Amino acid sequence: MSNVAEFGAPAPIPGIDPNTMSIIVTKGSLDWAYPPFILATTAAAMGLKVSMFFTFYGLPLLMKDLNLQVSSLGNPAMKMPMMGLHMGMPNIVSAIPGVDAAASRMMKNLMKGKGVATIEELRELAVEAEVRMIACQMTMDLFEYSLHDMIDGPELGGAATYIEVATKSHINLFI
Amino acid sequence: MADHFLDAQGLNCPLPILRAKKALKGVPAGETLEILSTDAGSVADFAAFCRTTGNELLQQGEDGGVYRFILRKPA
Repeated sequence: MSNVAEFGAPAPIPGIDPNTMSIIVTKGSLDWAYPPFILATTAAAMGLKVSMFFTFYGLPLLMKDLNLQVSSLGNPAMKMPMMGLHMGMPNIVSAIPGVDAAASRMMKNLMKGKGVATIEELRELAVEAEVRMIACQMTMDLFEYSLHDMIDGPELGGAATYIEVATKSHINLFI
Repeated sequence: MADHFLDAQGLNCPLPILRAKKALKGVPAGETLEILSTDAGSVADFAAFCRTTGNELLQQGEDGGVYRFILRKPA
C-alpha cells in the first residue's frame, strides 16, 4: 500500500516549513551554473527561503569576475543549433586548444539572442532576494580561494553548516 | 485594463517570473498587474507561480505568439 495518494504537493513534514529549499552547487561550467541559480531565484520569487552551498567546482561561481566556459569534450548531448541542424562536436575536435573558448562564445551569443539571463544577472538577483549563500571552507582552503575575491554576501561554512540547513529545508537539491 | 503593466517580451525563463515578482512589489494589495511575455513556458509557469504565491490569475490569453496575463495581488 502506497501512502502517495496522488501527484501534487508533497506531504508536509512536521516542524519543517514547506517553503524552504537548499541547493548544493558542485559544478562551475557555464551550462551547469544555470540550474542552481534559475531554481534559487525562482524559488525566492515564489516566496521560498533559499540556501545555496557552494562546494568544489561550484565555489568559483561566487568569484567577482566570472568567465564561465562550456566544454563539448565528453558531452555528446551538447548539440548547437546551426543552419537548421543540430551540430555536435567529435571529442578529437573538442580537445583542440581554443575550441572550448569558441563553443563558450557561441553558447553565450545563443543565450543572449534567446533572452536568457546571464549567470551574473541571476546571481545578482539571488543576492537581492536574500538567498543565503554558504561558501565551503574546505574547498576555499583546497583551491586557495579568498573571500576577498568573491562577491559580497557569502558566509563560510562546512558540512555541518549545510546539514543543519538541510534538516530545516523541505526541498534539498544536489546539482 | 489592469492597474499596472509589465513588458517581459523577449525574455526567457525564469526572467518573466522574476520581473513579475519585482513588479508585484510595487503593486498595492488588491490591484492588478498585466504582463506580456513571448516565452511559451510562461503559460505553465505563471499558473504555478500564482497557485504557490496566492496571487490570482484573472486572465490569460495568447495573440500571435504574445502571451498576456493579468494577476491580482491578494488583498
